[in-house]
Amino acid sequence: MHPFIYHRPANVNDAVTLAAKGPDHKLLAGGQSLVQAMKLRLSSPSDVIDLGSIKDLSGIKASGSEVTIGAMTRHAEVEKSPEVRKAIPALAALAGQIGDRQVRAMGTLGGALANNDPAADYPAAVLGLGATIVTNKRRIPADEFFKGLFETALAQGELITSVVFPVPKRAAYTKFKNQASRFAIVGVFVAESSSGVRVAVTGAGPCVFRQKDMEKALAAKFSPESVAGVKQAASGLNSDLHAGAEYRAHLVTVMAKRAVENALK
Amino acid sequence: MAVRVSFKVNGKSVSSEVEERTLLVSLIRDTLRLTGTHVGCDTAQCGACTVMMNGRAVKSCSMLAMQAEGAEITTIEGVAKPDGTLHPMQAAFKEHHGLQCGFCTPGMVINAIDFAKGNPNPTEQDVREALEGNLCRCTGYHNIVKSIMAGAKAMAAAK
Ligand SMILES: Cc1cc2nc3c(=O)[nH]c(=O)nc-3n(C[C@H](O)[C@H](O)[C@H](O)COP(=O)(O)OP(=O)(O)OC[C@H]3O[C@@H](n4cnc5c(N)ncnc54)[C@H](O)[C@@H]3O)c2cc1C
Ligand code: FES
Ligand code: FES
Repeated sequence: MHPFIYHRPANVNDAVTLAAKGPDHKLLAGGQSLVQAMKLRLSSPSDVIDLGSIKDLSGIKASGSEVTIGAMTRHAEVEKSPEVRKAIPALAALAGQIGDRQVRAMGTLGGALANNDPAADYPAAVLGLGATIVTNKRRIPADEFFKGLFETALAQGELITSVVFPVPKRAAYTKFKNQASRFAIVGVFVAESSSGVRVAVTGAGPCVFRQKDMEKALAAKFSPESVAGVKQAASGLNSDLHAGAEYRAHLVTVMAKRAVENALK
Repeated sequence: MAVRVSFKVNGKSVSSEVEERTLLVSLIRDTLRLTGTHVGCDTAQCGACTVMMNGRAVKSCSMLAMQAEGAEITTIEGVAKPDGTLHPMQAAFKEHHGLQCGFCTPGMVINAIDFAKGNPNPTEQDVREALEGNLCRCTGYHNIVKSIMAGAKAMAAAK
């Protein structure tokens, strides 16, 4: 790891002031992605800004129609939260499937979203539920947040403070996981709410995306049979040593069907 | 440049000058000489470096020492009673032959203790899922799973 200067700001304003100094100034949340990247010298920040002491960045608040989760809330806290389990059980279950329990004890919602790994789980929930990403500057709808491979709508120095999840009528997440890393080879999040049906796919392509043909089919009738016949095109999907594009395309339909089954349980 | 990090390890306060980029596991092993915590993969895969931070099992190779500022850390050296009586989870590993070479064991035991606190009577499936972040190259896991199921019950009984 290359040397860097370490900062531990006590509030969001100080963190943002430091982060705005340049692209070499990196925010540190749980470190489960960033510290690894720094060890491999894939990332060599001049300054690391540890968000660990900013208390108001973590916590979970639920009202009838929304669940708000602070950016520094650990995956384990979302997994075990009675409020999340009650309002959006699919979200708690998704958090409980991330990596392993040690990773979940450190990793955070904000870090996972800012990182936008193509195989990460949280992006599927955020896009699938139509959540809103709240930063120090603005509110970004999920549909405008995920821009591409490890790319988001966040500007340099912009900090995620929380995410607001609308409570759906029903939802479920099903992932076909990589046995070694537990990242998604393909993960599908399905949600039905008063505003319609959303289907978000992670792991399959360079970035999480909505499967609109499946959304249409499910809007007509919310049942596993509705998606069973909807094919995902393989072009543009990832091919790597874990799975080829054709296989991933096939898995999108299988996982979507299972997700709908689970949502109806 | 050096920075100061202060926390508690196995009940004792420590304060150390470290380079900013020092990993928690390096501080524990190289500076504090608590070499029971192991480094297997150094890439967050194997769990040999697992320590307890504020009551939660974490991988000490995947965090900066600075991230432990003010925390309470327990390493495998702090698990048994001062008189040497094994922790119920350690005793269960011994009883059920939950180790062979022992390299993975400190991380297994720390993770198992954290897991068992919330799961006093786990199923085999629960235990296997809890071990996703811990690799063992010797045992084939069977006896580790047995040990943890027994250790969890023993911990609940000892409460
Ligand atoms: C062994 C292992 C297995 C894993 N398996 C999975 C898995 O199955 N599924 C999955 O989804 N993930 C998995 N992960 C990734 C894990 O969920 C990470 O915790 C997560 O991707 C990053 O979160 P973090 O809090 O650790 O962020 P960090 O590593 O600290 O930061 C990641 C990036 O986000 C930026 N950042 C952090 N917080 C903010 C913020 N509030 N605002 C703006 N930018 C911010 C940082 O600058 C950095 O660029 C795994 C990781 C490991 C080590
Ligand atoms: S050494 Fe930390 S997980 Fe392997
Ligand atoms: S006992 Fe040898 S690695 Fe587990």
